[in-house]
Amino acid sequence: MTDTADSTTPSHKQPRLLYCRCAYAQVIPADVKDAVLAGLTESGEAFEAVPDLCEMAARRDPQLAQLAAETSPLKIAACWPRAVRGLFTQAGATLPKTGVTVHNMRTDSAEDVLAGMQTADQPTPEET
Amino acid sequence: MIAATLPPRVVLYEGPGAEPLEPKDRRELFAQLLDRGYAVTLAGSGVASAPPTATVIVLGRFQGSAPDVAGGDGPVSVHDISGEQVEQVVEAVESARGARPMNRPEAAAANTGGDTWKPWFPVIDMDRCTNCMQCLSFCLFDVYGVSETHHLQVENPANCKVNCPACSRVCPDVAIMFPKYHAGPIDGAPVSEADVSREKMKVDISALLGGDIYAKLRERSADAKARFSRERSADQALAERRRCLKKLADAAAIPREVLDALPSPEEIQRRAEEAQARADAARAAAEAAT
Repeated sequence: MTDTADSTTPSHKQPRLLYCRCAYAQVIPADVKDAVLAGLTESGEAFEAVPDLCEMAARRDPQLAQLAAETSPLKIAACWPRAVRGLFTQAGATLPKTGVTVHNMRTDSAEDVLAGMQTADQPTPEET
Repeated sequence: MIAATLPPRVVLYEGPGAEPLEPKDRRELFAQLLDRGYAVTLAGSGVASAPPTATVIVLGRFQGSAPDVAGGDGPVSVHDISGEQVEQVVEAVESARGARPMNRPEAAAANTGGDTWKPWFPVIDMDRCTNCMQCLSFCLFDVYGVSETHHLQVENPANCKVNCPACSRVCPDVAIMFPKYHAGPIDGAPVSEADVSREKMKVDISALLGGDIYAKLRERSADAKARFSRERSADQALAERRRCLKKLADAAAIPREVLDALPSPEEIQRRAEEAQARADAARAAAEAAT
């Protein structure tokens, strides 16, 4: 399950990558999140990794607001897109309708998530 | 318990003037820090957009002097990790954090200390919420509140009872998510028409229980109390209470420990009336504002 809001909007900016570890509850399969983290760290590309978006949303962590305010496209490896958007909104950091792609590590394979995170910023299907 | 303080942010700097870590060390370092509750950034150059007031801990295998890094307004500490093992680097981060409290994932808390808290709280899907306030009038723990613009909001997430998704069961619009729940649509999975019908059925189940789940609880509790006074059998009264609570728990997916922890019937009534009054006032204010 991948959610791409208005993915047809072209952008030439380097996307920012955000990885959620779901460390506080383990609802994401360990093998998937480990493999995605391995792929991101081994690529050497700059990225942000957070222990748990839920925990940060509860604290209204200002890092969420900063991410939401980014003008660069944002690619997120976490869980269900509806939940991720809800968490940002609840933290007072509503994600923009355009330029944000959420890859779901609860349902997708690590290969699919990594492919989505690491490919150049190209249009992708709204729901896959 | 949730610690509200901003935890330090760790930046692994591998830009100009720093030697990159081996990929396996980088992966292991990220995994260990994340599992201890630290956010980590892999940075190629500079340290941009650090949250204001956050302590930033910059790590790197610096060649010569550490490069200038730009953090936020908070303090920045720079650590040269040349020649250090991953475990030593993690220890250095823990040491740099000092005594600042922070939430810890449960698995790490035993070794690292700190408050543990499973991030369990409702998340509202604002695209589905109709501001009906059923959740506000249902919740006895003041999790919900009303914003200045008269809209429902999650006001006290830490008040929520871990593993209890009961309020999502009374939402007629399937707008309440618990991202840590094990199944959809409560976990945030897309909502299907079948889900909407099923959720409506759950509300009906609640109605079948007596229209007001708390009224039913009070009634059950009063029955049990009367039986206890008649029979003077604490065991029998307890067994009856458990049997009734199990029915409610099954119908609304309320963990039994949550029901067991409910306050006295009088207190339940008081809180339910208070919550109902807040919901009514919020609905009226929202209607007046439109």
